[in-house]
Amino acid sequence: MALRETAAWRVLDGFGGSVRAWSRSVAPTTVPELAAVLAAARAEGWRVSFRGAGRSYGDASLNAGQLAVDGRAMRRILSFDPATGVIEAEGGVSIAEVWRHTVPHGWWPAVVPGTMYPTMGGCVGMNIHGKNCFKAGPFGDHVLELDLLTADGTLRTLSRERDPDTFRAVVAGLGLLGAVTRVRLQLKRVHSGRVRVRPLVTRDLAHMFDTFVERMPHSDYLVGWVDAFPGGDELGRGLVHQANHLGPGEDPNGASTLSVAAQDLPGSILGFPKALLWHFLRVFTNDPGMRLVNAAKFSLPERVGPDGNAYDSHAGFSFLLDYVPDWRLAYGPDGFIQVQLFVPDATAREAFAEALRLCQRRGTVPYLAVLKRHRPDDYLLSHGLDGWSLALDFKVPRDADRLWGTARDLTRLVLEAGGRYYPAKDQVVDAASFAASLGDPLERFRTVRRTLDPEGLFANDQARRLGLV
Amino acid sequence: MSLVFRRAIVVGASSGLGAEIARQLAADGCHVALLGRREDALREVASAIEAAGRGRAIVATHDVRDTHAVPALLDRLVEQLGGLDLLVYSSGLLWVPGDDVYDTERDREQFEVNVTGAMAWMNPVAARFEAARAGTIVGLSSVAGERGRAMFPGYAASKAALTTFLEGLRNRVAMKGVNIVTVKPGFVDTPMVADLTRRPFMVSVQRASAIILATARRGGSPSTFVPARWWFVAMVLRHLPSFVFRRIKL
Repeated sequence: MALRETAAWRVLDGFGGSVRAWSRSVAPTTVPELAAVLAAARAEGWRVSFRGAGRSYGDASLNAGQLAVDGRAMRRILSFDPATGVIEAEGGVSIAEVWRHTVPHGWWPAVVPGTMYPTMGGCVGMNIHGKNCFKAGPFGDHVLELDLLTADGTLRTLSRERDPDTFRAVVAGLGLLGAVTRVRLQLKRVHSGRVRVRPLVTRDLAHMFDTFVERMPHSDYLVGWVDAFPGGDELGRGLVHQANHLGPGEDPNGASTLSVAAQDLPGSILGFPKALLWHFLRVFTNDPGMRLVNAAKFSLPERVGPDGNAYDSHAGFSFLLDYVPDWRLAYGPDGFIQVQLFVPDATAREAFAEALRLCQRRGTVPYLAVLKRHRPDDYLLSHGLDGWSLALDFKVPRDADRLWGTARDLTRLVLEAGGRYYPAKDQVVDAASFAASLGDPLERFRTVRRTLDPEGLFANDQARRLGLV
Repeated sequence: MSLVFRRAIVVGASSGLGAEIARQLAADGCHVALLGRREDALREVASAIEAAGRGRAIVATHDVRDTHAVPALLDRLVEQLGGLDLLVYSSGLLWVPGDDVYDTERDREQFEVNVTGAMAWMNPVAARFEAARAGTIVGLSSVAGERGRAMFPGYAASKAALTTFLEGLRNRVAMKGVNIVTVKPGFVDTPMVADLTRRPFMVSVQRASAIILATARRGGSPSTFVPARWWFVAMVLRHLPSFVFRRIKL
């Protein structure tokens, strides 16, 4: 196999659409095929990156001028046990493919991100989290076992019990240690296809934090939506959505809600075909438009029952980002970036208030802001901590210098608050800040990498920027 | 808007339009890579460019039928040039079979030079340009691609294919800042058409090259005839019913 002569070219972008690169690309369909690709890449001197669904916001799956291995061709579900809720799937299987397979049997992924399209490989490599992170931890905590194909073509089986040091480096390891070709995942038992959702209005950021603290013991999921436009007394006003699983017999509709059809997102919104909706949104992706949209979202009442609760499907509650297909295109030709600040509990309130004020001062107000609570974990490059995260979506304007300035300030703010960075979202952090945020575990990661990939076969644009390769 | 080409690759630069386009690019200060099969001819063009003292030229021998060689060569040239703003694909083969000749090998060779080779160069360059949201690709097609003429079915088919490929490429990347230029010359005074008996509207290679580069610099992914009067001829020819067209001796 001569990759240089035959591999296709692909122009790949990050999910934010604000960064792109061309790469040579191959899509192996089996582990032996993938091993042959890695062998050829070593022989020809390529640097290899892995790309799943391309859902990382920045340059995590880009590899300019080098070889991008498309993991989506390895997407078989290998086994599923409806008695134990353990599923075995190849690295390219998506979250959507998992729940479609398991929800009729009453099992739902224990951790899902805001979109259903990321792959098993991507979820492991980024150690993604969901709205239940404070309770369920990150994705890696539910991986029972995984297969890693390393640079020398060896297939290693890893778990917490079996080679825990390598396991903790591979989870959140950004795909820099090898290809995750198989994942054994423990799912969560659900008794209904629906969750009980309670919207709570919070008048400012402190109130939102207080609401989280008060609701956490009683919630399975908690997510805070922040309107980043108002300042002063209303700084950080927003809505908290608490969701809870339903116990056995709690859903009057019973098992019928566990069908795949009951989970599917609607094909149209208010009668408008969803596929066309992003064109319409584009009218609003500017400061006055988004100020209006955010104010409307804050002010308009949500449909709830007499008890103050609404009932939503798992997919409907979890995958808000999938409601409007291609919504990212509404940000225009230069796309958007997300900066997600992870800050310890002790400093989060002040740090996030300062972050919002800083954005307003600089005239770069995020069009979407989301608060979540997290818990610490022990993966070497993980963003997990006993604290909070605030995710901020910024449109990239034509003249983006001001935005890059804001991003630099936010990077510094996180570091000063003792926080962490999250590579799945990141496109702006510099190598020094990244290293300082991680400290000693970064050195341990480097040691593992020197053992598993001594020639430095695996790399990507983000890893180069963060000084990891 | 006028685009400035600082670094260009001209495929098929040993003679004819390719050589002249390379000379004119260099005269404007462009660093040009000259590609073709005949190294001595390329060296001659390069010497003339160096002697003129404006732009610089590098030379690489390459047979466009060897599509597997393109990726590595492209990587090397882009590195040597320090980037890339413009690709001109000028390689072309014109084979006029005699009235009683049918030759698949000749047709295939012609197709490989005129079409497959163009794809092999334009695909990777388009990927780079799309990622960069900038760049110009010029493809030299021909008026001959407008209709299937009895004189050279294979040549006409190859140029029709190239024109359509360029149109598809344009529709794919024009909105992403890439400038795809389709050039459809009529008769240009080059070795390629030296043996043809009738050559209406013939223009000098210097004038044709100047028109081509001026069109490319304008941007906006144009498609143009050289000289422009061929547009009218092509429009008339395109609308002739086939049973009429086949009775005209062209």
